[in-house]
Amino acid sequence: MNLGKQFKEGLLTNNPVLVQLLGMCSVLAISTSLFNGIGMGICVTLVLIGSNVVISALRKIIPDKIRIAAFIVVIAGFVTVVDLLLKAYVPALSSSLGVFIPLIVVNCIILARAESVAYKSGIGASFMDGLFQGIGYTITLVILCIVREFLGYGTFGGGLIDVSNGFRIVLGGADGIRILPEGIGASLITMPCGGFITLGIMIAVMNWAMKKAADKSAAKEETK
Amino acid sequence: MLTSILAISLGAILTNNFILVQFLGICPFMGVSKKLDTAVGMGAAVTFVMGLASAVTWLVDTLLLEPMGLEYMQTVAFILVIASLVQLIEMFLQKSVPALYTALGVYLPLITTNCAVLGVAQANITSGYNLIESITYGITGGLGFLLAIVLFASIRERLEFADSPKCFEGFPLALVTAGLMALAFMGFSGLKVW
Repeated sequence: MNLGKQFKEGLLTNNPVLVQLLGMCSVLAISTSLFNGIGMGICVTLVLIGSNVVISALRKIIPDKIRIAAFIVVIAGFVTVVDLLLKAYVPALSSSLGVFIPLIVVNCIILARAESVAYKSGIGASFMDGLFQGIGYTITLVILCIVREFLGYGTFGGGLIDVSNGFRIVLGGADGIRILPEGIGASLITMPCGGFITLGIMIAVMNWAMKKAADKSAAKEETK
Repeated sequence: MLTSILAISLGAILTNNFILVQFLGICPFMGVSKKLDTAVGMGAAVTFVMGLASAVTWLVDTLLLEPMGLEYMQTVAFILVIASLVQLIEMFLQKSVPALYTALGVYLPLITTNCAVLGVAQANITSGYNLIESITYGITGGLGFLLAIVLFASIRERLEFADSPKCFEGFPLALVTAGLMALAFMGFSGLKVW
């Protein structure tokens, strides 16, 4: 079990969003405040771990022909659990993410991990894979949220950090820390077009950085 | 009635386009838009499934889930209905319209995991549409998807020959293109006649 390698894969070399290009809908749609990003990231990670573990445990029972349908039922079950929990305990997050919570069912990351990892490996490995892929997804989402929130509203930690009455962490409804003066932020970035363009530039930067790192290691090999 | 249907259609195709405004169905939009003819096939298949899924999920919700107080099972019920619907359509086409079946090919099973289909089913329920409005919303939503993916594929075919920076090649460039298209579609948001 090579944990370090799995961790690096989830975070960088095989990042679900930036490299595998999966699960775009939710990433683009809800990445307008830090609160949404962290909330969605945790939800997806929980569903990913749960479905990976259950599918891995059932992998010898599930017939090959109907495996996709079986995966979807397991995933839908976990999504319903998360949906009901959010409605009960964090209603602010539930209303701000809206339809994108039930839509985790059709998030390609989860189905892809079920098919390519959980259906083929043991419970422990599937659990770690779910955790690391989930963390990779969450971190990417959070970075995108921070960038879009900063450029769009000029704030940091919207919905999560309340500074009107001393520093407090709240769940929803806060304005966040204001970095740029009001009215400077380009609200275009928080709109759909801004989401596409910001993510496009982020993937391009990632490509550039990975290529540079690859060139560097190739140069090192040569000098040896 | 007629005005509400017109308003729903206009909204689904232009002002609230599923892809460019609501971010539903991005995966097939990015994945199957390299060639114009496959994009048309995918768009047509999605339109068909969205219309049919709207009708069936509305019936399931109103006749089964609501009377039994099982609204919390919506997600599970809807995804099962959509998956079996897609499977059914696939088997039906294979038997009776093999030409269309080969034309749609791999795109049919992919539609199960298209968020636009599940999204339209959820939206019909949360907006409280009746059966006719739901079917209208499903079909016109699909037409909006078709419009967006056809425009996008045409642009991408031309971009093949563009001289772009190395790290932007492929997917990032497609995302930026989609962003500019979304910007253009924002222009429709002033279109509120009703």
